[in-house]
Amino acid sequence: MLRLLWLIPALPLAGYLLLLALGARLSRRQIAWVGCGSVGAAALITGLAAVEFIPQLSRRTSYRQVLWSWIDVSDMTVEVAWHLDALALLMLFVVTGIGFLIHLYSTSYMGADEGYRRFFAYMNLFVAAMATLVLADNLLLFYVGWEGVGLCSYLLIGFWYRDPENGAAAQKAFIVTRIGDTALAIGLFIIFSYLGTLSMQEVSIRAVEAWPTGSALAVTVAALLLIGALGKSAQLPLHVWLPDAMAGPTPVSALIHAATMVTAGVYLIARMHGLFTLAPAVQLAVAIIGVLTLLLASVNALMQRDIKRVLAYSTISQIGYMFLALGVGAWSAALFHFLTHACFKALLFLSAGSVILSLHHEQDMYRMGGLRRSLPLTFWSFLIGAAALSGVPLITSGFYSKDWILWSAWSSPFSNHWLWIGGIIGAMLTGLYSFRMVFLVFFGEQRTRPGPEAGPAVSIPLILLALLALTVGFLEVPRTLGELPLFSHYLAHTLPNQAAVQERDVGEEVRQQIAAGFMSLLGIGLAFSAFFPRTDPSSRTAYPSWRDNVAALWQREWGFDHTYDRLLVRPWLSLTSTSVDALDRAYQRLVDAISLTHGQFVRTQTGKVRWYAATFAIGTLVLLGLFIGFQPR
Amino acid sequence: MILWLLIGIPLLAAPLAWWAERLSSVAPRWIAFAALISDTLLSLWFWVFPYACDAAEHGRWLCETRTPWIPQWGIALHLGLDGLSFVLIALIPAIGLVAVVASWTEIRERIGFFHFNLLLALSGVIGVLVALDLFLFFLFWEVMLLPVYLLIGVWGHEHRRQAAVKFFLFTQSGGLILLVSIIALAVVHQGAAGSPSFDYDDLLGLTISSDVGRWLMLGFFIAFAIKLPIVSFHTWLPDAYEKAPTGASIILAGALQIPSAYGLLRFLLPLFPDAAREAAPIAMGLGIVGTLYGALLAFAQTDYKRLVAYSSVSHLGIALIGIFAMNRLALQGVVLQLIAHGVSSAALFMLAGALQERLRTRDMRLMGGLWASVPRLASIALFFAVASLGLPGLANFIGEFLVLFGSFRAHPWLTTLASTGMVTAAIYSLALIQRTFHGPLRVDRDLPDLSGSPFAVLVAMMIILVWLGWYPMAVFSATEPTLPFLHYLEPSTPNAAPWQPIDDPSTLLLQPVPHLPHGSAG
Repeated sequence: MLRLLWLIPALPLAGYLLLLALGARLSRRQIAWVGCGSVGAAALITGLAAVEFIPQLSRRTSYRQVLWSWIDVSDMTVEVAWHLDALALLMLFVVTGIGFLIHLYSTSYMGADEGYRRFFAYMNLFVAAMATLVLADNLLLFYVGWEGVGLCSYLLIGFWYRDPENGAAAQKAFIVTRIGDTALAIGLFIIFSYLGTLSMQEVSIRAVEAWPTGSALAVTVAALLLIGALGKSAQLPLHVWLPDAMAGPTPVSALIHAATMVTAGVYLIARMHGLFTLAPAVQLAVAIIGVLTLLLASVNALMQRDIKRVLAYSTISQIGYMFLALGVGAWSAALFHFLTHACFKALLFLSAGSVILSLHHEQDMYRMGGLRRSLPLTFWSFLIGAAALSGVPLITSGFYSKDWILWSAWSSPFSNHWLWIGGIIGAMLTGLYSFRMVFLVFFGEQRTRPGPEAGPAVSIPLILLALLALTVGFLEVPRTLGELPLFSHYLAHTLPNQAAVQERDVGEEVRQQIAAGFMSLLGIGLAFSAFFPRTDPSSRTAYPSWRDNVAALWQREWGFDHTYDRLLVRPWLSLTSTSVDALDRAYQRLVDAISLTHGQFVRTQTGKVRWYAATFAIGTLVLLGLFIGFQPR
Repeated sequence: MILWLLIGIPLLAAPLAWWAERLSSVAPRWIAFAALISDTLLSLWFWVFPYACDAAEHGRWLCETRTPWIPQWGIALHLGLDGLSFVLIALIPAIGLVAVVASWTEIRERIGFFHFNLLLALSGVIGVLVALDLFLFFLFWEVMLLPVYLLIGVWGHEHRRQAAVKFFLFTQSGGLILLVSIIALAVVHQGAAGSPSFDYDDLLGLTISSDVGRWLMLGFFIAFAIKLPIVSFHTWLPDAYEKAPTGASIILAGALQIPSAYGLLRFLLPLFPDAAREAAPIAMGLGIVGTLYGALLAFAQTDYKRLVAYSSVSHLGIALIGIFAMNRLALQGVVLQLIAHGVSSAALFMLAGALQERLRTRDMRLMGGLWASVPRLASIALFFAVASLGLPGLANFIGEFLVLFGSFRAHPWLTTLASTGMVTAAIYSLALIQRTFHGPLRVDRDLPDLSGSPFAVLVAMMIILVWLGWYPMAVFSATEPTLPFLHYLEPSTPNAAPWQPIDDPSTLLLQPVPHLPHGSAG
């Protein structure tokens, strides 16, 4: 089945083309079949490939499939080729598997939309681009996927194009990420100029040979790749686009802006981990940015009224955890959190979508409430998602992945305790904002009358994702709880294991785990005390008083948008406020000067004989005078 | 012979089309169409059989023909074709076809004379691309420009006279400088060899003192700079592109920007490699300024066609950077970028024509939300807008990226600066889509969507961009055999293991790659 690997990106692409070419003639049912079918088939092939590939992992760690020679110019040879290994396969499962569930969900969620076909076409294109990104054998092909998913993100954020705000959000997303992409491109230029290759495997090998640890080139390249990752993964200071990106339909937020595309930066860093190891300064920066992002974003999540914006900030903050893990060298932990996060965040978005749909596109949490009884399935799935997000100990997947990250932050030789403290405070905040959502949306009195819960196309993905959000954590159970290191063993075929962690004391690990679990429960408890609806209705919408002083800053979401507006957007707009080309004015001056002098000369042509005779005489006199005056002696 | 045929088909069809107006109003269109189709097929012939007319030698030229003309001045009818020229030539009649289709409903007056000028200009472009005698080159150069002056002046939109005169003055002063430089070069040849010569082969072997070389180089540079255009000589372009009828905008943006880039590659760099290498940082700097300045002004425009026109200035800035990077990678990138940019901007102008036909305006402030009423047109425009912002997977990306890969080796810092053009290109391209097709619908009339031959032509252009984006080797393998003959190019050293450890890495960031020597090669 491995030979069919190329079909995984090709099938969704074919779905896209089919919808584009024949779409007008297809019925909604057929569109749904093409849209879901192509992704489902890709998921099936991924599964079949895994069945064949995983048993072989001990013998060979990767499978390479060359399709054709793409560029063969001078000393640059780049092929269109796929590279499958443990890391790529993991990503593929999420992209096609969760992608399929979200497609299925969309058949119902988007059912009444006039852009039904356009939606599925873009979604299919996205899956194709994301699969390309994940399977790319070389950095150039990777870049195709990288920008391709960016395009789909742009198209889907601006899906409801009539509202100019959606268009602005879409453009913001594309342009901010393009800033990161440009840094990544410059990184590619340096890599190719100094290492002479773009193959991801070769780059890692040659970089280790050519660049000593901490050398300027290694640091520069790693920093540029990091900037690229910051843009795509919405980390500080390039995170500003993601909250606005919630303008897109909710399944888009679930698939692109939670489960898959935004984690592409994590994938990039994990894939190029060899380079980052050569640049310890950059790796530390990854960890610090991760911690700062997770803290700032969870505070922001706490401030939002719009349920999707809470989830957006929560995504930023959870990816911050992944960056923290990457920064301390816990590559597998980062990817484990990616996996669990993909499950529970997709679940949260889809449940939120179900709420939004039944409330007729109401997204303000302060207009929701009491939905527990009228939307039971949605309630339970949202509750499971929120519990996993907060990392409720033992029973949720979020606990296992977050605990692994926190333990790595505690024990890794690349880390220090400040990083761990940031992470554990974040764990508390996560619990707080997650259950703030739960209490505001599902408890208390009903503020908006809900419609009925949607049918099986919605409930099946919710149930499956809820099961995953609960169980996927058991793929990696720490030694303190019975030790089941399936995930780390699996990824060890691609990513280096953390040896240092194992040498630590078990008791220390238990203490750390208790602290982490306690903090997440503390957060939930705080949420209960602050946001659980009391009998006194007046306290319900009142904000806790400790908020007032910093509220202004937090309301402006730390002022990032404001700063960028002053620093970049306004100067650009004032530079482009006039459509007149300044250089053209210079030529216009020349034209003016010529027509002026020409006008003066025209005025001498009076047609009067006396005037001509007089000028004639004066001219003669002047010439004579000159002639006599300058006569050589 | 086949080379004369390439030039001759449109050249002979031109008066025929003019005359055929007497028969019917569609006759000139069909004549132009047939002539351009056969010319396209003829140029594609080389793609399939590169050695079709020179099976024996496999020398520098795939095809060469030489007839003495004015021997006492060293002028001959010398034409030659190599990989570099034929991939570009293949584009010219194809762009002409697009122009004919786009003019089918737009041009209703003096149809014969319109197609006469169109065909004449295109045969001039093809002539420029195969002329190996500089005098002949100059003649074709003028044949290419004068008809465009008429196209703008007669069939253009409002204020067409002004735009046409501006076009004329700029291009003719460029032409004058070109002529003077060419004659000066011939005179230098007389000083060295005893007799004047305009022949490319003779002039290549000429040793020119560096002082004279610098001045002659400057002359050629300015002449080509005006037409390319390079920023500060570009101000004729927005007016010309905007005011020209759609068909003329298409050939201006799609075909007529190629000869000046080609002139730089074929004449300026090989004839004055040392002077060019000296001037390279300045030229690349101008390219960067052009890229960013063009992008800034593109965003500032309210007129659809002017926006696309300034985007063209921006893209040709990148091409200029690639030309003066003077290495193989960048050169291949430039060739592909010229083709891709020709196709995508021709398509954008065709769409401009389609919009103007429907809305009677080019002002984007009066558009918006058109996606709802003309979805096909809108999605095609989206395709070409993202092609123009350099989306990977399309030919523009490969061209632009190879240029940047190549020029990074020559001048890392300048290239880094040029890369910011990727962001600015995104800004204006998305603005184009937002202002025109997204947002609330401003037009309450029902508009017909694209269909028929314009639709087919645009789809064909999309296919070309996707095809060359995923199989650029179609172009690269055609130009590859020519590269060894371009001696100014830096030698590429694929086997020299450029990833070996470097002693002091901190110094490298400020300097070009050490293993790729910068002195004059070969």
